Amino acid sequence: MIKTDILIIGAGPTGLFAVFEAGLLQLKCHLIDALPQAGGQCSEIYPKKPIYDIPGFPEVLAGDLVNNLMEQIKAFQPGFTLGERANTIEKLEDGTFLVTTNKGTKHNAPIVAIAGGLGSFEPRKPLIDKIKDYEDKGVAYFIKDPEVYRNRRVLIAGGGDSALDWSIFLADVASEVTLVHRRNEFRGALDSVEKVQSLKNIGKINLITPAEVVGLKGSGKLEAVVINKSGEQDEEIIKEIDDFIPLFGLSPKLGPIADWGLEIEKNAIKVDTFDYQTNIPGIYAIGDVNTYPGKLKLILCGFHEATLMCQSAYQRIFPDKKYVMKYTTVGGVSGFDGSKKEAPKAVVKAID
Amino acid sequence: MSDVKIKIKDRDGVVHEVDAPTDMNMNLMEIVRSYELAPEGTIGICGGMAMCASCQCYVESDHQLPEMSDDEDAMLAEAFNVKDNSRLGCQIHITEDLEGLEVELAPES
Repeated sequence: MIKTDILIIGAGPTGLFAVFEAGLLQLKCHLIDALPQAGGQCSEIYPKKPIYDIPGFPEVLAGDLVNNLMEQIKAFQPGFTLGERANTIEKLEDGTFLVTTNKGTKHNAPIVAIAGGLGSFEPRKPLIDKIKDYEDKGVAYFIKDPEVYRNRRVLIAGGGDSALDWSIFLADVASEVTLVHRRNEFRGALDSVEKVQSLKNIGKINLITPAEVVGLKGSGKLEAVVINKSGEQDEEIIKEIDDFIPLFGLSPKLGPIADWGLEIEKNAIKVDTFDYQTNIPGIYAIGDVNTYPGKLKLILCGFHEATLMCQSAYQRIFPDKKYVMKYTTVGGVSGFDGSKKEAPKAVVKAID
Repeated sequence: MSDVKIKIKDRDGVVHEVDAPTDMNMNLMEIVRSYELAPEGTIGICGGMAMCASCQCYVESDHQLPEMSDDEDAMLAEAFNVKDNSRLGCQIHITEDLEGLEVELAPES
């Protein structure tokens, strides 16, 4: 069981900055995120795009903002449970919360801060008849362990980076790799596109474009797919395969959090703007996941919300302690790793 | 600068005729959101970067629309429920040329 002071659900910029503000109050944080890396949308959707409204940064790439936040919070040694989605929450007798992920990892904390953005990123599933029946029986939307595909006949669908990169990788693992895309053009890093081209030329990747998987066949498990290949005359191809991996990107869904008994409005969690607490005391919601009159979904607003949330969380954990906010310029930053950052002292020295 | 009238059929099939300002640097996705014609969190997820297709719509009138960028074209190649008249609302800037535009929102996916 992972124990911490503030359990943050969502490792986007708001969740990451909350670690810093909590650290100044000597509170420890642990973050859960469904994605395999920190940064939320900034890392997953637009790492190479610039942001112009972070105070003090005339221009910063979303990916760099995440890297800077990770550097800023490093001394506070946050824990991470990545690639897992927070599924259930339970209030224990001592008033603390127990949050369990889809993989069964348990987290215990007196404070839960939901910084979940638009929700957890789930794979976008193609609209193919009976695809649900074949999930885990030959159909998978993620590649967790490529070894699973050793010496198997794999078909990947999609036209983005992940479809290209996995086709390249699996060309050396699987017995046969087929890549199906609706267009002849692929959107990906230039060297990935070129690599797929050369693997196709030597017969290691079987490319079918412009085409679409429209049906699945097999009893009990996937045995073949039906491919519709467009051209002057549409052609139907039935291809025997062992595994079908559609890679059409991710889309965020509020998911299980919607069933936690929190007040929800417009796909967001209602909070009190005094401290961004939800209708359940001890559970806060900060950043894009919350809503209140006048709400703006901006990173800079998330930073503010995270800061006030931490003050309130401190009071909840230590109701009897007196505390006065201190400027970092005055108090410095003392990390849990023993590091100490502080403003250099002025020198008092006579000039001859 | 004036407003233009745009007809938007929502995902439940209800047609709304709305006034869209041409002087606010707005796009069609933002018009849909400002009139709350689709629930928050189901449209404009990427904020308008042509990176999620949640604002996909079908253009039903024969207006001359700005040409598709490579980003929009590639995104639509990976989206679902795509038709020949599919566009991403976030890539359609509201201008005076769009008076009388008719669109239908694509299903949520």
